[in-house]
Amino acid sequence: MSEFSLWDIVYNLLLAARWTVLLSLTAFVLGGIVGLLLLMVRTAGNPWVVRFVRGYVELFQGTPLLMQLFIVFFGLPLIGLDVSPWVAATFGLTLFTSAFLTEIWRGCVESVGRGQWEASASLGMNFTQQMRYIVLPQALRIAIPPTVGFSVQVVKGTAVASIIGFVELTKAGTMITNATYAPFTVYGCVAVMYFLICYPLSLFARHLEGKFRNVAR
Amino acid sequence: MAYKFDFGAIVPHWELLVDGMILTTELTVIGAVVGVGLGIMGAWARASRAPVISQIVGVYVELIRNTPFLVQLFFIFFGLPALGVKLSEFQAAVLAMIVNLGAYSTEIIRAGILAIPQGQIEAAQSLAMNRVQIFRYVVLLPALKKIWPALSSQIVIVMLGSSVCSQIAAEELTFGANYIQAINFRAFEVYFVVTGLYLAMSILLRMGLKVLGNFLFERRRHV
Repeated sequence: MSEFSLWDIVYNLLLAARWTVLLSLTAFVLGGIVGLLLLMVRTAGNPWVVRFVRGYVELFQGTPLLMQLFIVFFGLPLIGLDVSPWVAATFGLTLFTSAFLTEIWRGCVESVGRGQWEASASLGMNFTQQMRYIVLPQALRIAIPPTVGFSVQVVKGTAVASIIGFVELTKAGTMITNATYAPFTVYGCVAVMYFLICYPLSLFARHLEGKFRNVAR
Repeated sequence: MAYKFDFGAIVPHWELLVDGMILTTELTVIGAVVGVGLGIMGAWARASRAPVISQIVGVYVELIRNTPFLVQLFFIFFGLPALGVKLSEFQAAVLAMIVNLGAYSTEIIRAGILAIPQGQIEAAQSLAMNRVQIFRYVVLLPALKKIWPALSSQIVIVMLGSSVCSQIAAEELTFGANYIQAINFRAFEVYFVVTGLYLAMSILLRMGLKVLGNFLFERRRHV
């Protein structure tokens, strides 16, 4: 058994934490793009599309993230795609994130008054122009605080990717525990590192909430 | 060679899935009842005028809300024995769910309490109600009624989150799925079916909580 000092534990966890950050960022950005696309097609208002997006959101909000990752991890190979845990985790978390973000943003778009749509339509704007110049700029202001708040959920969600074998912070914690037999210290450090990533995001979200509340009223 | 789906391979193991669903339900019910109770106490402490207690609860809430449930679970199950606290898989899973939901519901219920108009409390004081009565009838019940939808969503999230308890070998639904796919190698089919079961459970739970909310917060006439 090799000797691990506290510094060795922290150092190795920090190396793994880079993957947590990278996975979170990738899933958040890609999920944001997919979520925005879903929001656009949903707002455009074809009833079948609306039903599909509603079902999509219901599916991802009504099932465990772990099951979503398992289905991606074991399902993609069945259609001939050989996926690594990294690809499966990114793909699964992207879908998960897109479902939640599109639902958060839907509320924000709906809070923009009907009159704004009608006024811009009377100026001869088409749907894309209405979204681009009238609705999204107003919705964005309300959307930013809950979006930042949700990023914390994404970071915490990446911990579940350890179960399909992606080596990020939690998985590294398990591996180091198996080598050191010091679960209290190791998982304590893992928790502290997640906290150091998530807490600033939470504080930032709260700060934005206060700031935009004053602007809106 | 195209893959042939074989959902029939799950049928012989259906009892494992039923057992898993029962354990998931047990975890959720105990976790929700005790967790929300903890949340009520936490919210009371946060609203009280004792700054030290309020701050301790605040730290607890932030610690839990900013770390993953899986890490909390590992810390409780693998870490606490170092302090001489040894828990079974089920106990550790329940404790993790209680601690987790306790933090979230503290914050949710606190928001409800803050939304109670000060005039209501003053009116209750003028009726000579004592502090416990005021908290129970004038603050807590209307606050719970107001935040019940948010609390319900959080309970559903905790139920779905319990799927990671399979990682410490608590024998809930996901554990059953892992076990079956280890026997018949039909991973996709098993997880597909179990995902459907979770979806059904979350829809039922949401409906159940709605009915419970209607029952708890309907207007009662005291004659």
